[in-house]
Amino acid sequence: DSTPERSRDHHKSRSKDSRSEKSVTINMPPAEPLLGDSAVRGEPVQDDNWGETTTAVTGTSEHSLSQEDIVRITKDLEDSVGLDCRRYLTLTLTVILGLLVFLTPLAFLVLPHLLWPEKLQGCGTACEGLFISVAFKLLILLLAIWALFFRPPRAGLPRVFVFRALLAVLVLLLVVSYWLFYGVRILDSQDENYQGIVQYAVSLVDALLFIHYLAIVLLELRQLQLCFSVCVTRSTDGETRHYNLGQLSIQRAALAILEHYYCDFPVHNPALLSASKSRAAKHLAGLKVYNVDGESGLAHSQSRAMIAAAARRRDSSHNELYYEEAEHERRVRKRKARLVVAVEEAFTHIKHMQEEEQKKAPGDVMDPREAAQAIFPSMARALQKYLRTTKQQHCHSMESIQQHLAFCITNSMTPKAFLESYLTPGPTLRYSRDHWLARQWTLISEASVTSGLKDGTVFLLKCVDFSLVVTSKKIPYIQLSEEYIDPKSHKFVLRLQSETSV
Amino acid sequence: MSFVPGQPVTAVVQRIEIQKLQQGDNLILGFSIGGGIDQDPGQNPFSEDKTDKGIYVTRITPGGPADVAGLMMGDKIMQVNGWDMTMVTHDRARKRLTKKNEGVVRLLVTRKSLEEVVKQSMNKYPRQ
Repeated sequence: DSTPERSRDHHKSRSKDSRSEKSVTINMPPAEPLLGDSAVRGEPVQDDNWGETTTAVTGTSEHSLSQEDIVRITKDLEDSVGLDCRRYLTLTLTVILGLLVFLTPLAFLVLPHLLWPEKLQGCGTACEGLFISVAFKLLILLLAIWALFFRPPRAGLPRVFVFRALLAVLVLLLVVSYWLFYGVRILDSQDENYQGIVQYAVSLVDALLFIHYLAIVLLELRQLQLCFSVCVTRSTDGETRHYNLGQLSIQRAALAILEHYYCDFPVHNPALLSASKSRAAKHLAGLKVYNVDGESGLAHSQSRAMIAAAARRRDSSHNELYYEEAEHERRVRKRKARLVVAVEEAFTHIKHMQEEEQKKAPGDVMDPREAAQAIFPSMARALQKYLRTTKQQHCHSMESIQQHLAFCITNSMTPKAFLESYLTPGPTLRYSRDHWLARQWTLISEASVTSGLKDGTVFLLKCVDFSLVVTSKKIPYIQLSEEYIDPKSHKFVLRLQSETSV
Repeated sequence: MSFVPGQPVTAVVQRIEIQKLQQGDNLILGFSIGGGIDQDPGQNPFSEDKTDKGIYVTRITPGGPADVAGLMMGDKIMQVNGWDMTMVTHDRARKRLTKKNEGVVRLLVTRKSLEEVVKQSMNKYPRQ
């Protein structure tokens, strides 16, 4: 069947490398078509002539680089450049502020020695104690600022963090006011009391530590207490999860939800949605509205008439759905049974060799990768068929399957453990990077994204293929009252009312 | 009919003598009892005082020995053949009434109408 493949090559530009990962490189399975093609269209049977009749570039197949993909890639590039600029700007501002904060107390201490050293009164042990405390407090402040603010950012958010901006402004105000007082009271008048100057510097460091404490409370602790329960629904297949969040702004809540999304939601499989789409198309296909009176346009009454007629029509599409689903279920189970047997049989050919045996029989010893390649052909066909039936074949490439097999063999896992990742769809993170399908998310919200979560907030997290609808509900205020029960008051009496006839 | 704990119980009682009837293997009296110190007194429909744990007659078989002897529904049984019935468990009451070797039971029963009758008669003829 080389003709369809060649014409397919013309249409799909990117499929070359993807196809080399997915194509069957073994000779055993006879005439089995390549993994991953045409199942997106949902046809179980390959039409040999389709290559001759198809002329358009299909934008819906996932293995072709269509116009949408190009747009998406350029959009990614543009946005990432913009985001980097802003990130670097924020970084430089923070570094400047940090340096200012760190060097100010040192400047306060050093400047008198530089400008009027002869007038300064010496101060004894009290000053030394204060020097040590300044040194240690500055060290702690340095470490704390690094821990809180200079971590590598996990994500880029659309708007600036309101609290961080406010804290930066506060710190700046504090430092500026300290400098002001220093300039007026100490530099101008050339104060000789050095102990007073040192105490002034120590008070600045104390104030900075308190602001840092405030920063910890605002940025970290405030969101730990749970206030809201958010319900996240994927728009395409209805997968829903519920998470508990504290008091966060909408953008930070969106970030937390997306991180949970990658870990919890099963991977988005567009191939599973094609069945309902075809059904929907069939519903409206049978009816046509004809204008007998010669009016133009589809009036409101006409569309209503069409809906009513469609409802009254005795169609048996529910019947079709029922039998189709039953048939599909049966087919999946049969293929699964064949797969399980094939994998179990394949695993019996391999034995984990012990250390002592290794020295005795040096011939024909394989490392995990070779062992995997050796037993893979016997289960490849059954696995292919199963993946194709459950429409998962685009999630797993040949390479990844063999890698997983080598991994399972190395860790002495049973066939059931090996199959687990193919029988149930795992979270999105488990699959290779190109199946994440988007790391660029758009937050769509009616309220401002820096405002806090409230009861009944609704926002959307849109990526190219689907969107996540998020609604939040507030955990109610609970009024708890106390009631004392004396342990001696636990008395019991039988509630029998027997009536005996005598 | 309410009692004060620690004080002897006083009531106006009627003496009723019932002859047991042989029915198959058993000697029956023809009524049903309810109550007892191990029962829930609040569910007794016949008692005035809902803490009264005495034995009450809950049903009378029409035409049976008890009906013939004049026992009425709602009567509280105070004694059976001299044995006290005001502070017994339900099962003990049943056993007292269904002793196989006794052919006759002599009950002392009280009911509200008895008290009233006595009060009325006392009012009619006040003490002089």
